[in-house]
Amino acid sequence: MTTLDTDLSPAEPPRLVVFWRRYRRNRAALLGLAIFVIVVLMALTAGIVDPEDPLRRAGAPLTPPFVDWATPLGTDQLGRDVLSGIFYGARISLLIGVVATLVAIGIGVVIGALAGYFGGWVDDVLMRVTEAFQTIPNFVLLLTLVAILGSKIEWITVAIGIVSWTAPARMVRAEFMSLRGREFVDAARNLGVSNTAIIFKEILPNALPPIVVYASVIMALSILLESALAFLALGDPNYASWGNMIGQGRAVLRSAPYCAVFPGIAIVLTVLSFSLLGEGLNDALNPRQKKQ
Amino acid sequence: MTDTPPILSVRGLKIALPKGADRPFALEGLDLTINPGEIVCLVGESGSGKSLCAGAVMRLLPEPHVRVAAGGIRFMGDELLGKTETEMRAIRGRDIAMIFQEPMTALNPQKTVGWQLDEVLRLHTKMTRAERKARAIEMLQRVHLPDPESAYNAYPHQISGGQRQRVMIAMALSLSPKLIIADEPTTALDVTTQLQILTLIRELQEQEGAGVLFITHDFGVVAEIADKVAVLCKGEMVEQGPAAEVLNNPQHAYTRALIGAVPALTPPPVKPVTRAPVVLKGTGLKKTFAARGGMLSGKRKAVTAVKDLTFQLHQGETLGVVGESGSGKTTVSRIVTRLLECDAGKVEMDGQDLLACSPTQLRAMRKHIQMVFQDPMASLNPRKRVVDLIAQGPIVHGVDPQKAREDARRLLELVELSPAAATRFPHEFSGGQRQRIGIARALALEPKVIVADEPVSALDVSVQAQVLKLLADLRDRLNLSLLFVTHDLRVAAQLCDRIIVMQKGEIVESGLTAEVFANPQHPYTQNLLSSIPGRDWTPPSFRTDAA
Repeated sequence: MTTLDTDLSPAEPPRLVVFWRRYRRNRAALLGLAIFVIVVLMALTAGIVDPEDPLRRAGAPLTPPFVDWATPLGTDQLGRDVLSGIFYGARISLLIGVVATLVAIGIGVVIGALAGYFGGWVDDVLMRVTEAFQTIPNFVLLLTLVAILGSKIEWITVAIGIVSWTAPARMVRAEFMSLRGREFVDAARNLGVSNTAIIFKEILPNALPPIVVYASVIMALSILLESALAFLALGDPNYASWGNMIGQGRAVLRSAPYCAVFPGIAIVLTVLSFSLLGEGLNDALNPRQKKQ
Repeated sequence: MTDTPPILSVRGLKIALPKGADRPFALEGLDLTINPGEIVCLVGESGSGKSLCAGAVMRLLPEPHVRVAAGGIRFMGDELLGKTETEMRAIRGRDIAMIFQEPMTALNPQKTVGWQLDEVLRLHTKMTRAERKARAIEMLQRVHLPDPESAYNAYPHQISGGQRQRVMIAMALSLSPKLIIADEPTTALDVTTQLQILTLIRELQEQEGAGVLFITHDFGVVAEIADKVAVLCKGEMVEQGPAAEVLNNPQHAYTRALIGAVPALTPPPVKPVTRAPVVLKGTGLKKTFAARGGMLSGKRKAVTAVKDLTFQLHQGETLGVVGESGSGKTTVSRIVTRLLECDAGKVEMDGQDLLACSPTQLRAMRKHIQMVFQDPMASLNPRKRVVDLIAQGPIVHGVDPQKAREDARRLLELVELSPAAATRFPHEFSGGQRQRIGIARALALEPKVIVADEPVSALDVSVQAQVLKLLADLRDRLNLSLLFVTHDLRVAAQLCDRIIVMQKGEIVESGLTAEVFANPQHPYTQNLLSSIPGRDWTPPSFRTDAA
């Protein structure tokens, strides 16, 4: 009967199960997940596929693909194996994607959270700084930073993170501004919870879903940025990265297009998988935005 | 009345809900008849399907997810379900009019009141422009708007909530419809405005001889306006009959439970609370909201929410703060808990001024004064488990987390929730259960004072009664002091030992609840008390085992 208000409704399945059910509904997102898993597997098995240095000479220069089974995807003008370059390149791309995204999201969350939570002059100052960064085109700033810091892979990753934090910062700020007026924040203040704990333990978990979704976009963008740098021969030459491979393949583009085509396909698929993943995450984390 | 066909006759109406809803049918076999000049109230708690019934008559259901599965709806002897969309469009507005709950969202904010009234007439009649304007102004006059000419040119945001509802009624009635469907038309309004609107609906309906389907959850409103009552429980009609019959002699157990849950207007017996020591004392509190003017628009007028408020709360006492919206009562609750900074005044607790505390001192002091919020869904962090929500306060104040969680489980028992609730998230609970969690959280710090800001206004009446009973029980057992903010005088009568009546930021009257209710001194209090819907009707009391 209705008066027995204290009866509990049956327990819901765990959150992960619910999440997976919602994610599964989007076919494209499943495809994205599959490609992403393949790229991760490539990065993990690179050492098994080719236990030696991918930058060594593996066969006659410019062997076309599907001719010699020692180098199934052919070799470039220096005789380097394209296949092992792609496997090792997956490592670099994922590393850059993940670390640069963490850097960007980390800076963005802190700045956005402070600006959105405190408002007033804190917000004014932080947002003017953000705008200053936004007015400089991403890639120009990245080139400048790499020119200053040097072409080591660590610096490139950090530089990519530094040029991509403005969008997440604005997003986090907007989320915080709407969440800080909610009653549960007042409730926490009323319990005597400190500002730091309110920001990071009360509001941030509730602001997280759109940030997670946006992270996948940043990951795709950072892989593209690194490829663009490498294409301009500003990448780290000590690592086989897809961008480096395309940059060097450009010289023989007409005689041996496969040198640039295979790493190009790898970049396209990886970036596509991140976009699809992001879309799936959006459906699964923000079910109210889309009906059904 | 036997020879004229009924205006509306609903037979065996069944409305199907989409898969995955809590039940397959929102309404199961509803029978309802409305004769000319009759007001039929459809009463039920949230989720009972009462609004969908209105949607089905108007054909405004969110099809195809929610659709009429079986039954018939006859309007003036004509079957509505077979009509085409074009035919329905002609009937809507002209023959059947609807008044919505929230007039602000039902009116287009971009157009003037006059334009919107004019549109109704333009779509459904062949009147000339001048005739339409004359008719519109006549309608605005009939709904007793103070200055119809200027209201005609006003935008919705320039008039008050009650006036907006009057405009809605004017729009609904401008074509002299045979049937008016009013879906909770007074729920968003203050009591004094509510009474005026109810009187207005009654008056106009008598002039026009129209039938009214009045949807509400409030038995007070039913007592005020209904000729006939139909009670819905989870899609089933459990009782139907003349208003006096259903209100005073309900037959079905559910109706009895609902009516039994309506708080009676009899204040509690006077307790010698004023002799107990004072735990919380507010002196000369003042708060002005400075409206932040834009660069070009210039400074706007500042709003004084509270001016010079002084009160005392004794140990074990419940002090009610009542008033209509805009009276500053919520501001008081926020100032006292220092969620809002005050302009002047003192809030003393054990001789220490809460408003003069440094941030560190304040965080320590917060432990003594806790709050129960209005909306239990909004005030519980959706990402936290119940046990962590309740244990959070003690942990912040230095209790060992392990022990705090054990205490939290014990508190769940105290607020009559099963210990299994501890590991759940807030969205898995019903409104009443969530408010119990909110109360448990407030109790976890063993505060000296609990400030409750409209803690039951978001709840259904039967749940409201349970939560009020729980609060009263806990107060008596734990000797709590409560500062209870509410707009509902029935609720105040149930729980409060003393009340403060506020109007426009000032106390107009204060005293023992029984005395204020029996013999109000200030005209505003008198007006408030005489506006309580169904004040002449005393809900019959039943033994609780009837449910």
